[in-house]
Amino acid sequence: MKALIGIFLLLGAFLGAFPGVTAASGKSLESADIDVFDQASLRRGAALFADYCMGCHSLRQIRFSRIAKDAGMSADELQKTLMYGDKKPQDYVTTAYNKADAEAMFGVAPPDLSLVVRSRGADWVFTYLKGFYVDPKRPWGVNNLLVQNVAMPNPLWYLQGVQEPEKQAIGDQEEIVSLRLIESGSLSPEQFNAKLNDLVSFLAYVSEPAQQERLPLGKYVLLFLIVMTVILYKLKKEYWKDVH
Amino acid sequence: MVCQKTSEKAKQLLNWVDERLPLSNFINEHLTHYYAPKNFNFLYFFGSLALLVLVNQIVSGIFLAMHYKPSAELAFDSVEYIMRDVQWGWLLRYLHSTGASMFFIVIYLHMFRALFYGSFKKPRELIWLFGMVIFVMLMAEAFMGYLLPWGQMSYWGAQVIISLFGAIPVVGEDLALWIRGDFVIADATLNRFFALHVVAIPLAILLLVVLHLAALHTVGSNNPDGIDIKKHKNPEGLPVDGIPFHPYYTVKDLYGMGIFMIVFAFIVFYLPEVGGYFLEHPNFDPADPMRTPEHIQPVWYFTPFYTILRAIPSKLGGVLAMGAAIAVLFALPWLDRSAVRSVRYRGPMFKWALFVFVLAFIGLAILGTKPVSPIATVFARIFSALYFGFFLLLPVISCVDTTKQVPDRLTEATIPLAKREGVHWRLFERAILAVQASPCYVRSKAYCCKFIASLPIIGCKPK
Repeated sequence: MKALIGIFLLLGAFLGAFPGVTAASGKSLESADIDVFDQASLRRGAALFADYCMGCHSLRQIRFSRIAKDAGMSADELQKTLMYGDKKPQDYVTTAYNKADAEAMFGVAPPDLSLVVRSRGADWVFTYLKGFYVDPKRPWGVNNLLVQNVAMPNPLWYLQGVQEPEKQAIGDQEEIVSLRLIESGSLSPEQFNAKLNDLVSFLAYVSEPAQQERLPLGKYVLLFLIVMTVILYKLKKEYWKDVH
Repeated sequence: MVCQKTSEKAKQLLNWVDERLPLSNFINEHLTHYYAPKNFNFLYFFGSLALLVLVNQIVSGIFLAMHYKPSAELAFDSVEYIMRDVQWGWLLRYLHSTGASMFFIVIYLHMFRALFYGSFKKPRELIWLFGMVIFVMLMAEAFMGYLLPWGQMSYWGAQVIISLFGAIPVVGEDLALWIRGDFVIADATLNRFFALHVVAIPLAILLLVVLHLAALHTVGSNNPDGIDIKKHKNPEGLPVDGIPFHPYYTVKDLYGMGIFMIVFAFIVFYLPEVGGYFLEHPNFDPADPMRTPEHIQPVWYFTPFYTILRAIPSKLGGVLAMGAAIAVLFALPWLDRSAVRSVRYRGPMFKWALFVFVLAFIGLAILGTKPVSPIATVFARIFSALYFGFFLLLPVISCVDTTKQVPDRLTEATIPLAKREGVHWRLFERAILAVQASPCYVRSKAYCCKFIASLPIIGCKPK
């Protein structure tokens, strides 16, 4: 028995001894408060995306019409908030400028964001967008706490304000421990957080629009399977009662 | 009257068919007169569950193949097209991706059952060998299927695994080139993997399943006691401890499938990614030959063998060790020299060895999902040594270990706690009794029983 306990303790210690892949970068993520069923939030997020992100980033896996349907937008609203130029509702959400130009301007082409929440996680996107700070050494004057030396400027600075790093000497190296707002933006920090949550909710929805079908359907499927299994159990009992 | 007429017609039709095809014979031989031991327990569900998952993979796979495009240009987008624009496409894809992982869970438990009750031992060596070939085929099927979504992990996982062939002396590099059809993983690789994944390997698996079952039905199923039920027959020549597979095990397996489908549906509808284990997060980034992910790891079901590969410092050595880890399983029927099959009547040495082996296997699986670190490498080597140690010591252990008297007739499906030996079972028993005595348990049990009893009785034979 003692040996058994020892082995399980060892196994537990062993499981804890190796950090997971996400934690390996050593940076903790803030948690985003998202809800892909909140249509108003999705509409606000979509509008924010159109105003601040769509200039560079595409969502080439989703159509305008699908967003309108799932976020409860009218055709008119869709035209006004999301679609620019001669786009049609059935078109995919693409950007206006080409890859070569983008590479010349930024060094790398801005990635498509259709699946960013599925590959990185909602919390990652949330933390990343909040993590820009002033760094005169970078071409756009900003750096990012989560992704060092990222090629992206901070499109939301006007809303968020300007952040400065607070450094602390850890060992013989200076490390950034937190960010401090030195110039406030047009939104208060609480308002900005709410706005970001809308944006991340929208991106989470775009990553998997099927969530709106999948999650509500699950309970009916499970209920059916449970009833069926209870019946099958009774059937089994009935047949097996003469096996001794 | 009408009823009688139709049943007569049905009989005539069956006669017509039987004169041309041995249909009734087949049903008799493999279902209604196939006698299986009556004490199958929980671990015996996994054979029929594997068949269920196989059917799920084939059916969902057919519909996925109708919309999927096997080209490097279009593959990733066509998967997202299935997820978004195809009616119920998301369900098809999640059924298929969840089925892949569940297949391995079921198969690993099925193999553990064989190890636990000695189902691989004489006269069932061929069943074990066919099963092992199915296992290897299944790994090939899963590996090739994983390339098809053309995500980052698909691409780089395949790159790493195929480059392993390059470690083989003399022919290695040419062999890897021949498999890929290009100098790196590319369109040619994707196209041929698609062909193998949807046509060649499924056909081979189906054939092997037929052989696996034919061999099983020739010698009959093993049981938790590991004894031969054909020794005791009644005057009609039927085994007294056997029951016809149909209807007894068909209804029982249907019930098992119900439980399994509840778990399966829960995953499909509520957590299809299973925290990045069933669907890995980096695989939602399209394959990019110019950008290597910081941490390449195979899907969880390959990780035990992947850890063995990484544990060996040389590339060729690692490849050989990984191959040996699978190859040694084939030899199992000849490594085990014990006179008894079931773990129930084996001595403490085998029990401890099996326990350590299972622990090492789980340990290897966990390590394979983590990045390499010095301490992880030390553990990987220890677990690899334990993994191989089990097989190398098995001939000795099974010879010198004590065995208990094997009963003449079948005993219980699961041994009641009171009959089990060892201090830990006593403690476990006391814990269970404490739970059973708690008012919360008593009340909820009474409620459940009342609910089940209130349901209409079905399946009653007319009296």
